[in-house]
Amino acid sequence: MADAATVHEGHEAVHRHEPPKSFIRKYIFSIDHKVIGIQYIMLALAAVMIGMALSVLMRMNLTWPGTEWPIIGVIKPETYLAFLTIHGTMMVFFVLTTAPQGGFGNYFLPIQIGADDMAFPVLNMLSFWVTLVGFVVLVAAFFVSGGAPIGGWTAYPTLSALGEAAGPGQGTGMNLWIISIAIFCVGSLLGALNFITTLLNLRTKGMSLMRMPLTCWAWFTTAVLALLAFPVLLAAGVLLYLDRNAGTSFFIPAGLSVTGKIQDHAGGSPILWQHLFWFFGHPEVYIAILPGMGLTSHILSTFARKPVFGYRAMVFAIFAIGLLGFFVWGHHMFISGMSPYSAMAFSILTLSIGVPSAVKTFNWLGTLWGGKIRFTTPMLFALGFVSLFVAGGITGLVLGQTSLDLPMHDTYFVLGHFHLVMGVAAIFGMFAGIYFWFPKMFGRFMSERIGRIHFWITFIGVYCIFIPMHIMGIVGMPRRYAQFAENNGVQIYGFLESLHPLVLFVTVAAIITALTQLLFFFNFFWSLFKGKKTTEKNPWEATTLEWTTETPPPHDNFAGIPPVVYRGAYEYSVPGAPNDFVMQTEPDPSEEPGVTKAGSGGNGHDGHKH
Amino acid sequence: MGRALAVLIWLLTLASVVLFFSGWWFPVTIAEHGPRIDQQFLITIVVVGIAFVAAQIGLGYMVWRYGANKQNRSERATYTHGNNRLEVIWTVVTAAIFIGLAVMGQRVWAQLHFNQAPANAFRIRVLAQQFEWSFHYPGPDGKFGPTDPKFINEEEQNTVGLNKSDPSSQDDLIAKQLIVPAGRPVELILRAKDVTHSFWVPQLRFKQDLVPGMEIPVHFLVMPDKAGRYQIACAELCGMNHYKMQSEMLALPEAEFNELVNMPRKTIEERAAVSKKIQDFIGKYPLINN
Repeated sequence: MADAATVHEGHEAVHRHEPPKSFIRKYIFSIDHKVIGIQYIMLALAAVMIGMALSVLMRMNLTWPGTEWPIIGVIKPETYLAFLTIHGTMMVFFVLTTAPQGGFGNYFLPIQIGADDMAFPVLNMLSFWVTLVGFVVLVAAFFVSGGAPIGGWTAYPTLSALGEAAGPGQGTGMNLWIISIAIFCVGSLLGALNFITTLLNLRTKGMSLMRMPLTCWAWFTTAVLALLAFPVLLAAGVLLYLDRNAGTSFFIPAGLSVTGKIQDHAGGSPILWQHLFWFFGHPEVYIAILPGMGLTSHILSTFARKPVFGYRAMVFAIFAIGLLGFFVWGHHMFISGMSPYSAMAFSILTLSIGVPSAVKTFNWLGTLWGGKIRFTTPMLFALGFVSLFVAGGITGLVLGQTSLDLPMHDTYFVLGHFHLVMGVAAIFGMFAGIYFWFPKMFGRFMSERIGRIHFWITFIGVYCIFIPMHIMGIVGMPRRYAQFAENNGVQIYGFLESLHPLVLFVTVAAIITALTQLLFFFNFFWSLFKGKKTTEKNPWEATTLEWTTETPPPHDNFAGIPPVVYRGAYEYSVPGAPNDFVMQTEPDPSEEPGVTKAGSGGNGHDGHKH
Repeated sequence: MGRALAVLIWLLTLASVVLFFSGWWFPVTIAEHGPRIDQQFLITIVVVGIAFVAAQIGLGYMVWRYGANKQNRSERATYTHGNNRLEVIWTVVTAAIFIGLAVMGQRVWAQLHFNQAPANAFRIRVLAQQFEWSFHYPGPDGKFGPTDPKFINEEEQNTVGLNKSDPSSQDDLIAKQLIVPAGRPVELILRAKDVTHSFWVPQLRFKQDLVPGMEIPVHFLVMPDKAGRYQIACAELCGMNHYKMQSEMLALPEAEFNELVNMPRKTIEERAAVSKKIQDFIGKYPLINN
């Protein structure tokens, strides 16, 4: 373990943290950020299984309504809506928010900045266990009387505020949903505080901000967004809970009559919830996608063997997206009844957010340009990310326009848009991350052969699922309908009849794509035990700090000897260097160890032309 | 591998573009503002399509052209950290295009939402509830009778809570269909009784939430030559039977509409005659789906 080879002259060995001995402290209630990261990833894997299974069931019901399925029987409309609600909640909160940030961020942020752990390890442990409790509470909503809530992941009042009267699942199930989300908010807040503190305070010698990998910038920005957005959702959740259980009327106006019964509430506004929810909800979209963007930049650079094109512009773009993300929530509410004048302002701000997104895309292409691309599985998924991010993100230009929202709002066009960009593009980022870091985390490779098959089918599959949804939306198909035909096959909406072949096509594609994900699960668990072993520190010939330490990393990451950083994160193919990659720890003769001069080369220095 | 991926990216791009030309499109619009929404949509989708295709072609080109292989293994990638001039150019160009689109997209919106309904608009009160629509028409006196939730009586079809003892209520009509004049502006006053719903007629290119506790006035004009029946759907999740919360909008030529509006409806017989007339019109005009 004493890794003398990495000791540079002039360094004193810092004291080692010994790993805990007991199984429980080591693997269950661990305060090691790496174990916690893996725990988050496992949680996300469990959640994504549930979310994906529900989506297939929904597609089946949309295509063959009224069918008597084995085991589950006929899917009733309220069951469909319960599936829809849990699918959205699982995916958005327990997959898209946990894995990229809580999972990879936890594991690799401290290592990439040369820290031996997070700033608050116990808080870190708590944030995972709190999140897990939230997950258990959400799953429990399926098993209470009335079942899971039917109001969608957005839980708009008054449907969500009036209790059982508003529909099945809106009683205990809805209460559990709110509690689950509130717990989740607390867990995410603890995590966000930890990420921010760690990144600002625990960077190793020489790791100036502009030398950080873009993954770290993405995790940092994500943490800032989470810190500002989750408290608002938490507060809104508390208010909604009070409306339901304590007789308050934050979201319920006077004079409501539900199934013939006049409600004893007065003074609230349903739109208030929408403002609070989307003030959180839109930044949440970026919480889901930013880590994927960081990872994609990181992996494209690594396997194109080129520095990130426009590193500084990439950092600004991440920040611009994060900042603007707080001023565009109203584009979810153009037709909600809020002021049409504010809709106009939200529309212009929304389309502005396309600019940093486009800048990122240009820079990804710039990074590939002139490269020597190695098509490993993580690289395939990162390239897939770019393709899907463009395909999904670009229709934001349609939906962000006030007048075009009149026909497109709450149609399948919206489904196609956000599933492509914050759903599958973000998930492609996660796949890329898993295939990329798996050898570092577990000392074994995942099977490249299975990984490639997984990529090809999934990449084709998601295009086949989500591009046709745009067409359905143009024709006018509303989202969140349990079915489009009665159980006897009679179509309810004449203007949707012509879409049937497309509906069938999407369902078949969804089933094939979902089944393909079993390959991934198999690959993941099989490779944990049987994958090709590696003890190499740097199997991908990459440059950042996680590749300077042992595989897998020791308990305190760097065996008590903190690395010293001399250059930016992406020094690939440097002319004259012995290898086509120069690690961040490679001493720079022109620089005293640990001293950072402003603009002293590296990625922070724009405008290099060679 | 790189070339296969490039070809796949291009094929998926081509397939996506072809799908947009495959004939599935908006149903024909019947609203006066509809053609301008369609035009703005078309302009936007063309801009979006060009950007989409260009980015995918570019991505495909990069993976086609710059793959590492046996021949070029000894060479190194181009070493560059970027180009400030390029960054500035593509930032400014995209900003101009995107913000330009956003500004253009406001025109129809402003027409519909920043202006009051024209003075000659026919006003109809709309009340949504789980899972049906009620449309409340004033009689020949042009006045709506007062409503209050305490008068709601589902059995008597008084879903809006009309105070029937008020004189101005006597000639009011509450129907399950929306009946509008084609060629004369219409103002809808939207309300919801229980949860949030959304009024959506694809051919109208119009959608607006009906929010509990709010009265939201909206207005539009159905073109004179677009008489017919059109389906109304609910576009905001409102509970288990959201998927079948539908109704119809019957757009009548102005003469027929006026005939209906001016029919007396104080007695039971007169009301039956009005209902019969509505049924006749429903029989006369086909349901238009595209």
